[in-house]
Order: sequence, then C-alpha cells, then structure tokens
Amino acid sequence: METVAERTPAASSVGDRARLIEAARVAAASVVDPEIPTISIADLGVLRDVRLGADGVVEIDITPTYSGCPAMRMIALEVEAAVERAGLGRPRVNLVLSPAWTTDWITPAGHAALLAAGIAPPPPAASRRALFGDDVPVACPHCGSRETGLISEFGSTPCKALRRCLACGEPFHAFKCL
Amino acid sequence: MTTIAVAETPLVLSLLRLADTALVHSHRLSEWCGHAPMIEEDLALANLALDLLGQARALYAYAAEVEGAGRTEDDLAYLRDAPQYRNVLMAELPRGDFAFTILRAFLLSAHAHPFWQAASRSTDAQLAAIAAKAEKEAAYHVRHSGEWTIRLGDGTEESRRRMLAALDALWPYTGELFEADEADRAMIAAGVLPDPAAIRPAWEATVARVFDEALLPRPADGWMHSGGRTGRHTEHLGHMLAVMQHLQRAYPGCSW
Repeated sequence: METVAERTPAASSVGDRARLIEAARVAAASVVDPEIPTISIADLGVLRDVRLGADGVVEIDITPTYSGCPAMRMIALEVEAAVERAGLGRPRVNLVLSPAWTTDWITPAGHAALLAAGIAPPPPAASRRALFGDDVPVACPHCGSRETGLISEFGSTPCKALRRCLACGEPFHAFKCL
Repeated sequence: MTTIAVAETPLVLSLLRLADTALVHSHRLSEWCGHAPMIEEDLALANLALDLLGQARALYAYAAEVEGAGRTEDDLAYLRDAPQYRNVLMAELPRGDFAFTILRAFLLSAHAHPFWQAASRSTDAQLAAIAAKAEKEAAYHVRHSGEWTIRLGDGTEESRRRMLAALDALWPYTGELFEADEADRAMIAAGVLPDPAAIRPAWEATVARVFDEALLPRPADGWMHSGGRTGRHTEHLGHMLAVMQHLQRAYPGCSW
C-alpha cells in the first residue's frame, strides 16, 4: 500500500493531539466492511490502532480477518479517503498481522449489526471447540431457533459458512469462528 | 524472458519453500473454479485456494523484505521460472479428478496444520504472525478435506476406486514433506522453523484417524519422490507457470 503520507494540520498542544487522534479514529471507524456493509471495521475488530506519528502524520493499523481477505486493499483505500475527507491529511495505513485477528474482537454492536443483516454472529470466545469441528449450536438469525444445520462450511466470503434453519426453513449465513 | 535470481539465504529459501507450496497448491485448487461437482464445493475449493493465496502473499512479501533487494511479492511469484520454484512436488501435480484433489488437500493440510501451529512459536516474529493466522485456516482445510476423504473412501464402489488410485499416486510424494537439508537445519537450530520430525507424529495421527474411518489403507513408505524444494520439478510445473505467469510474460510490468 504505497501512498504519499501527508502531515495533518499542525497539532501543537497535547489536547490538540488527542482531539486529532479521536477525529481520525471516528473517521476511520466510519468505514464499513465492503463485503458486509452493515458492520463497521471498528466493530469488526479490523481497525486496531490510530495514532499520530512523530512526523505529524496520522497512522492507522488494520488487520486482515483471513490471510487471503480480498477486502483489505479496499478497506485501506477507504480508510485513507475517510481520514482525508475529515481534513486530517492522508494517513499511513499499515497492515499488521500480529496478534492474529479473532472473531472475539467483534464488538457487541458488531454482533447486533450482523444479526440485523441476517448473518448469525460467531459463537463467543473463539472456542477451540468450534474451530476443531464440534458443532456448536448456531441460532437462526431470522426466527431464533437453535435447530439449525450446516449446509457448507464455506460461504460467499471466506469468513462465512452456509447454514439452514430447520424450524423456519430459511437458509442463512453464519460468521465462522476463527 | 526476464527472470530474477533471488539471493537464497537460509531464511529466504525457507520462506520461498513455504510460499511456493502455498501458491502452487492454491493455483491447482483454483482450477476447479466453475468445475466442481456442486456449487457448495466450488465455493469451498475457491475458499481454500484463497486462504493459501493469502498465506503465499504474506510469505512472499516477507521474503522480499528479508532479501532487501527491493523486490515485491509479485516479482517473486511472476518472475521466477520452474527451476527457481521451491515448492514440494505434490503441490504441482495436475489437478486430477475430485478424489485426487481432495486427497492431496488432505495430505498437505494435515501437514500444514501442525506445522503452522509449531511455527506460531517461531523465534522469527513475522513468521510467527503469519503462522498464527495460517494455523486456524489450515484447521478448516483439514476438516473439510478429511470429511470428503471419509465420504469418498467409504462411499460408492466408484468413489472408493478413485480414492485408492489417488492414494497410490500421491503417497510417494509425502516423503518430501518431512525432509530437512542444511538450510532447514540452520533454521531449526535457530528456532525459526519447527523440526519436521516433531511434526510427523501429528500428521501420522490425523492420517490414521481419517484413513481408519475412510477404510483406506495407510500405504507402506517405499521409495519417495524428491527435488521440488531444490528446484528439480516434474514437467507439470512449467506448464502451470506458463498459464499463471502469462500476462507478466506477454506484457512485462503490466498492472491494473
């Protein structure tokens, strides 16, 4: 991700710096996941850090959900654009791999946003159980029934599986535990 | 034809071996896109391929950074010819039928999972970070390919016949997964890479558990193919790269 980072308007006092970082955080947090546009990258846990570099440039860390997540480049571009639109200069956006993203980082607001979009949120506490195949019950996002079955472990994006509700008959996406 | 000569220090060579195996296997899996027996499986194989492609990109980017010659992940993927590729031979074999594809994915991911698990404790922080992510993805790959191995091995007469044929063809390529040469030993001693001997018991246990349910015999370890990790490849890799690298070869430096 090569961009020309730009200095933000001079932030002299400590208070100015804090306000600037907060403004940059709000701008970056407004970016939504391009593949699940009901959830912001902050609620998804993809936005890891916002700070001011020694050279006065806003620095933002984002982390991929999956190694091959094709949305990362677009997310990085949109973060840049959002921070620039907020008049804070062009930020440096870093892709950080460590610590590795886990579904535990999805916030309660993120869980609610997924549910509202008809996507079952991941089981809490990225349990090794779910990762290693014990079929942890997943409630239907439409009718709430816990009688659901797996259609396919791999859905339309790397982070989702395809399930079906045995009560209301609707198929739905479920966020995979990672 | 422009090719690059990468300065293969033990670390760069190790990263290329891992990246090339992931990329080449990813490409073979992606050849199923639009051809799998059902749409769910089409998506599943494409997802597996995407995970491997993501791992390869992270590894190439890191290899380029370590080499410090100003190259990019794309240079490493597109500007090396077959003799410069360092993947294990199993990854490059033509995609074969569905049984062959599934069994190869199973044998490779049953190795990748404990490997990445151990590598997540690497003394090399960047490799450890890549491994921590890859480990979780590999867990899904083992499960998916393992379930299909069982379904096909203990399935119809036809599916079983195909699985046995795939097993005959693939088993002689498993030895290469556990080789260690001088570069490997240097990395193992430095705590960068796990010792393949320590990975083997976990791989054997997964293979035994799945083969047992699939009613597949574990073949005896006879003569094993070798050479991919030092650039001696089957004829198939060159053909694969001809397709994969076509655009960069026809229009050097093109991008979009």
